[in-house]
Amino acid sequence: MMAAIILVCSVVFLLQFFVSYCRSLIAASIKHPLSAEVQDVTGIKSSATGDDFARVVQLLQLCPDRPEDRSGIQAIGAYFGLLGFVRSSVARVIPSLLAWTETERGQCTYFAAVTLERRIAFSRDMFAQQLET
Amino acid sequence: MPGPFAYFIWFVGILCEAAVLVCALKKGAFRRYLLLNLYMAGLIVVELGRYKIVSEFGLSSTQYQYFYYYSDAILTVILYFALSSLYSHVFSEMNAERYVKMGTLLLLGGTALFTYAVVQQSTARFVTHFVVDLSQNLYFVGVVLTYVLWGAILKLRETRTRLIQLVLSLGVYFSLLAANYAIRNLYPSLSHYFIPLVGVFGTFLPLAWAYAFWRLPEEARLAPSRLAVIPR
Repeated sequence: MMAAIILVCSVVFLLQFFVSYCRSLIAASIKHPLSAEVQDVTGIKSSATGDDFARVVQLLQLCPDRPEDRSGIQAIGAYFGLLGFVRSSVARVIPSLLAWTETERGQCTYFAAVTLERRIAFSRDMFAQQLET
Repeated sequence: MPGPFAYFIWFVGILCEAAVLVCALKKGAFRRYLLLNLYMAGLIVVELGRYKIVSEFGLSSTQYQYFYYYSDAILTVILYFALSSLYSHVFSEMNAERYVKMGTLLLLGGTALFTYAVVQQSTARFVTHFVVDLSQNLYFVGVVLTYVLWGAILKLRETRTRLIQLVLSLGVYFSLLAANYAIRNLYPSLSHYFIPLVGVFGTFLPLAWAYAFWRLPEEARLAPSRLAVIPR
């Protein structure tokens, strides 16, 4: 009985913490303006849509990553999946959720684009260091 | 002996824990978040100790089982104090540090007493049962305390992005472990699948903290009302 209560509470708290954590990651990156180069590569001009997420993540996987960046994109990937699930299930019953999930999915894409920009900058730095040595 | 995947997770875990310390030192956040960094340093020492014992005695040895559960209990207590240090950060302007310390010790004592009361019926290996149950209970107390702290952050309109992310990632970590322990207690036959997940979950916290220290300057601010699941 006790274990069941702990399990239910933990899952409810986990969902709340996870959603808030992902939104804090997004909120911290949303102020970061995308360079013209990344805008061209990703096709994101002013606002991003959820449909571009998979493509931006594919581009991300082409760049060498850093361990401290890995958790962010993995968490946002999981959050994007959760939003997709909500969109195709609960949002069909509650239409106002549909617009919200769309906005959130677009922001996930923007986060991925900002991470892409950081990885490109990191790759450039590494390349410049190699040229110097 | 653990399989290649377990060794990989182990290695990644140690690497991420070291990354937290490096990021905190490089960004000048080591002393500000001293207990969090001490916890990470403790994790590295314990992981290396576990590796040594596994390679000498094997994964199913009594030595490993004892070392694993006793070190886990010590680490959980340190993490519990690290959480109380986050409380001190949030309530720093209210000069409530003394009350936070008192509350932390009282709750730790209460959890230990509760665990003792539950475990005292089992006469065989009492201390081991106590140690295992204490860390499980502390994980759940940790979840609840982190949730209360998150509530305080929203109520007090705390805006420090790094602090918010440290608290939220700790909440995710505590809830994952508490849920994992609860499932294992409810369905012992599934333990085979859920025990290895502890290692995977263990990589989340150092990765999230390394990200917070490396990417977010101490001055970064955000509106916490944006983060609430239910908009305020």
